[in-house]
Amino acid sequence: MYRYDDYDRAMVKARVAQFRDQTNRWQAGELSDDEFRPLRLQNGLYMQRYAPMLRIAVPYGMLSSAQLRVLGAIAREEDKGYAHLTTRQNLQYNWIPMARVPDVLERLAEVEMHAIQTSGNCIRNVTSDQFAGIAPDEVVDTRPLCEIIRQWSTFHPEFAFLPRKFKIAVHGAERDRAVVQVHDIGLHLYRDESGKTSGDILARVWVGGGLGRTPILGEVIHEALPWRHLLSYMEAILRVYNLEGRRDNPYKARIKILVKALGIEEFRRKVDAEWANLKDGPATITDAELARVSAYFVDPAYAQLPDTDAGFDARLSSDKAFARWVQQNVHPHRVPGYRAVTLSLKQKGVAPGDITDQQMEAVADLADAFSFGEVRSSHEQNLVLSDVELRKLPELYDAAKALKVASSTVGLLTDIICCPGGDFCDLANAKSIPIAQAIMERFDDLDYLHDIGELDLNISGCMNACGHHHVGHIGVLGVDKNDEEWYQVTIGGRQGNDTRLGKVIGPSFAAADMPDVVTKLLETYVKLREPEERFVDTVVRVGIDPFKVGVYGESANRVNKNKETTHG
Amino acid sequence: MADILKNGQVHQDHWQVLRPEAEADLATLNVPTGEWLVPFALWQAQTDTLKSRQDIGVWLSPNDDLTEVAQHCDQWPLLAIDFPKFTDGRGYSIAWRVRNHYKYRGELRAIGNVLVDQLFFMLRVGFDTLALDPKVAIATAERNLAPFPDTYQGSTDNPEPLFRRVDRVLGGAR
Repeated sequence: MYRYDDYDRAMVKARVAQFRDQTNRWQAGELSDDEFRPLRLQNGLYMQRYAPMLRIAVPYGMLSSAQLRVLGAIAREEDKGYAHLTTRQNLQYNWIPMARVPDVLERLAEVEMHAIQTSGNCIRNVTSDQFAGIAPDEVVDTRPLCEIIRQWSTFHPEFAFLPRKFKIAVHGAERDRAVVQVHDIGLHLYRDESGKTSGDILARVWVGGGLGRTPILGEVIHEALPWRHLLSYMEAILRVYNLEGRRDNPYKARIKILVKALGIEEFRRKVDAEWANLKDGPATITDAELARVSAYFVDPAYAQLPDTDAGFDARLSSDKAFARWVQQNVHPHRVPGYRAVTLSLKQKGVAPGDITDQQMEAVADLADAFSFGEVRSSHEQNLVLSDVELRKLPELYDAAKALKVASSTVGLLTDIICCPGGDFCDLANAKSIPIAQAIMERFDDLDYLHDIGELDLNISGCMNACGHHHVGHIGVLGVDKNDEEWYQVTIGGRQGNDTRLGKVIGPSFAAADMPDVVTKLLETYVKLREPEERFVDTVVRVGIDPFKVGVYGESANRVNKNKETTHG
Repeated sequence: MADILKNGQVHQDHWQVLRPEAEADLATLNVPTGEWLVPFALWQAQTDTLKSRQDIGVWLSPNDDLTEVAQHCDQWPLLAIDFPKFTDGRGYSIAWRVRNHYKYRGELRAIGNVLVDQLFFMLRVGFDTLALDPKVAIATAERNLAPFPDTYQGSTDNPEPLFRRVDRVLGGAR
């Protein structure tokens, strides 16, 4: 993975000193709360319901074991012994006192970590495919260009006070695992096969996607942008947005609203006019820079291994639980004899994505023992060991099970994606963690879960959609009605190459009803499904009406027709 | 008289910012003698009388039509860009455009809600003088003009990104 050189180290160190000074000036009253707010947000520091929340950047999901150990130690010594993995591959602490934050940042800087631009109206941490570099369907390893984008966006002088936050996601495989179409800019990297610049990296550029209050999928603004123009082209997009994006209403300030208002053609015309002055200028990425950064992402010292192992096969046939874990949590690898493994952070009784200090340290040990000392975070709020030898999977399984990170539910109903919700977040309309926990309580029968098969269940505690509920096969959105917490359900959303937004099934539910609602949706699915058909495919085939009837009864269609207001 | 930061030093000069009332008739408003920064709309309304004066500069609101600005800006001895709120970041891109697209070479000044922690960004995008918000302590501002030892990306101050300026050999000097 990328390692800091003296330049990177000096920049992050300077940031810590700057933030310490800003905190001091705020405490001394030289900076008002309003003046300090954007500064602390750009260091990932929110004021939450009960305490500050500090969001640490995990650039495109890459972590070293040394970093994870320090994250664990900070959780124990500065927080309450746990941290939370976010849906943007970052990590959050919930209980670090404001005055301690500069010291925590200093400690993070020692292991090449920071909280820069993890919040605020600026370019955020770039996200990517958690299987970058190892997926068999990968065409371009996204990590070098992600790192180049990270550096370009860090302390960008022109784009620190945008109308609203700005998120970039990158994928480079046949299957999009980074949900690029719901980002402000989504990049799909592929190789030129036209013969013109054969093999050169090109980017399909999406712009104006986003979830939140007004969920919109991005539109393609450039089909084939050569990689060396990525920074100048994004600069052109950002400049048009910075100048013309709405600033009168924060709910209308994302770039998606500007793109919709202008239309993609007009927006493209403006970007092209801006880019005409930048193209081939100094922001053009050089071969030398791509080579320099790519050198950090060369293969680890893989052993020459057969792609089968007798011990593995024996355990597979004798241990059903192990076989299930392999089926759900073990992923293919482009190198024979290796696999990637998802360590599930979805355990009954624990908030989805939460991890304790001891688990962090133990996972760091597993990374050292099994996966070249590297760990990745996924936007599904799990951790991934990307380079595990097939023959060592039984041993890793036993260790992961002892650590309670081996639920064989990755991709199933209880691999719930969930924001922190009203238990922590000041923005939330409703709690989300108890809903997740109630659903995990109800559906703890592995036979049933495996029979139901692939199902993404996403929960957001408010319209800001941190739980990405719009793209869940089942999406749950917390809403506030007269100071009571209610939950609106959508079905048919999905991520991936054919990303779609779910449709609302009808009036919202009380928290206590949610497990029953999911049960009824699943019963409807089981009744209607064809062999090998996933829940979401059944929804697509038969439409949402049978599911409405399943949940609300026969009167559903008549009663609810007028109540669908959003997310259509 | 506002404190102006110029080349890292505190200066005082005599430019004043004219901010007409919302209902003022810009075509007839009298611009007294003395160095005045007038709103671009006022300059447009009185171009014929103001363009012969040497003591008139122009300030831009983020809402002004920049294409119009491009045709006039080389006539002004001083051009200012207003930050109505420090969180309104349009001024950064306006400054970049004025410098890089319209090739304005005169003095470019940030005015309005100009606070300490944005000065570095302002200097990078092309401002050369900074009219600090009256609440800012000069010493704090001076101390924060360059919080970072280097820059990753190019801007008006130096269009070359770090990767073009230095040879960042793999591993660095670890």
